[in-house]
Amino acid sequence: MKAKQFVERLMNALFFFCGVLAIACVALIAVYMIVSGIPAIHEIGILDFLTGEVWASTAAQPKFGILPFILTSVYGTAAATLIGVPVGLLTAVFLAKIAPRHVADKIRPAIDLLAGIPSVVYGLVGVSVLVPLIAQVFGLPKGTSLLAAILVLSVMILPSIVSVSETALASVPPEYEEASLALGATHIETIFKVSIPSARSGIAAGVVLGIGRAIGEAMAVMMVAGNVANMPSLFGSVTFLTTAISKEMSYASGLQRQALFSIALVLFLFIMLINFVLGFLLKRGGRKEK
Amino acid sequence: MKKIISLGVVLAMAAAMLAGCGSTSSSSSAAATAAPAASSSQAAAALTGSVGTNGSTSMEKVIGGLSEAFMENNSGVKVTYDPTGSGTGIQAVIDGTTDLGLSSRGLKDEEKAEGLTSKTVALDGIAIIVNNDNPIEDLSIQQIADIATGKITNWKDVGGKDSAIVMEGREAGSGTRDGFESIVGVKDACKYANESTSTGAVIANVTSNPNAIGYASLSAVDNTVKAIKVEGVAASEATVLDGTYKIQRPFIFVLKEGATLSDASQAFLDFALSKDAADIITNAGAVPVAK
Repeated sequence: MKAKQFVERLMNALFFFCGVLAIACVALIAVYMIVSGIPAIHEIGILDFLTGEVWASTAAQPKFGILPFILTSVYGTAAATLIGVPVGLLTAVFLAKIAPRHVADKIRPAIDLLAGIPSVVYGLVGVSVLVPLIAQVFGLPKGTSLLAAILVLSVMILPSIVSVSETALASVPPEYEEASLALGATHIETIFKVSIPSARSGIAAGVVLGIGRAIGEAMAVMMVAGNVANMPSLFGSVTFLTTAISKEMSYASGLQRQALFSIALVLFLFIMLINFVLGFLLKRGGRKEK
Repeated sequence: MKKIISLGVVLAMAAAMLAGCGSTSSSSSAAATAAPAASSSQAAAALTGSVGTNGSTSMEKVIGGLSEAFMENNSGVKVTYDPTGSGTGIQAVIDGTTDLGLSSRGLKDEEKAEGLTSKTVALDGIAIIVNNDNPIEDLSIQQIADIATGKITNWKDVGGKDSAIVMEGREAGSGTRDGFESIVGVKDACKYANESTSTGAVIANVTSNPNAIGYASLSAVDNTVKAIKVEGVAASEATVLDGTYKIQRPFIFVLKEGATLSDASQAFLDFALSKDAADIITNAGAVPVAK
């Protein structure tokens, strides 16, 4: 009897320890980011840093303006979401509501496989297939561009959106749909006017997951976007917040290195903001359904 | 009971993994592990240990040739090469994370002030490369400078086809970029279409785009791209050595002043700088300094 109690307490302590470990990791990263990122922002001046349009970190007169990176990340993620969400949502609708069981069972593993492909493979396929295709179709001198990065990112966020939305749609209470059909709505009307609004917090969660992946993607984007610190233009060579850091981190020193940490801090804040929005949406959705 | 057994197995696996992760580099590491590699025993007849080199991507063929020859004669030594770029290699020497740093440009004053010295092992030409389908054969330094800064944007302005010029370049820490920009005179003024992180990537970009022009180490150029003449002089070992091919820079080993290298590293360095290595360096496409 005593042994069982002891084991109970031991396991509780172990779980508590693991939880604390996880929180400690997040806290450590957050504190480290803030401590490493603040000095450069202080030295460069927060307004100059966030709104400066020129990034010339190794020039004789270094300039550290990250507006091009912020805008590129925002536009790139927004455009990838604009393409990925409709395609992902409609795929989820197809899988959850329209496809016959055996067809859905074959398509679902394919989408899950998309989630498992490493980002460097996406980059490789992007560089060998997508980039020359863009150069050919639009008659450009080169294909590495914001457009290539947007297309690669939208494919990368599809699996997150599809799988979470599908789960959300499948868990809509069948009574809602049956009631709608009984009142004379067609199947498609039911899906769009009843199921999707009912599943919207789950769908929002999937979308935010996708956005999180898109804004944090470095490897695939590095290979297709051109990596020159320009203000964003659809067919021009651009650098995202993530690739700005990975391009220069290995050899940076002094103020340049600290500025890279500050970029990481900005990225971290973006992601925290997105996670807050997710938490808020989930809570609100949960409350409404009560 | 099952839970305790599985917990025990997980802990044992974790312990085994951590043991295997023990570092194997010779001069800088301190972690004592069960890993078999890396004790540099000072036996007079046979050298053992590992030599870590880190830096310039342009020096790949040269270091490849030198390390192969060295490892053939010293089977107990393992020479590794980490192609990260000249700037990164120099930083690695400052941080003490590598035995020998490699750079394809000379040290700057602020780097020398950090206590670094260098030994030149070879001279290398920076080839200006264009796609094999490009009819251009020769450009002057002024034309190259104008292309790099964006003053000339169409191939027809330098005698080629009517299409836009795509300037391929390297990341800011690259020794090749530093050499190109300082000799051509466009430091901090270049407008690149793409910035790649290695010599190989620049060559790959030029191979796949008929409008591209870029710069790469002469030792890395093969027949997938065309190296054009600069001011009428073709890039070759002879023209680099006598200075008529203007765009050239040194390949250097970067060391920390006053630091003692491990026996294996010192032996590798001495071998690379000796006359025995001259043929190997020539075969790799660079120009040996020791003759």
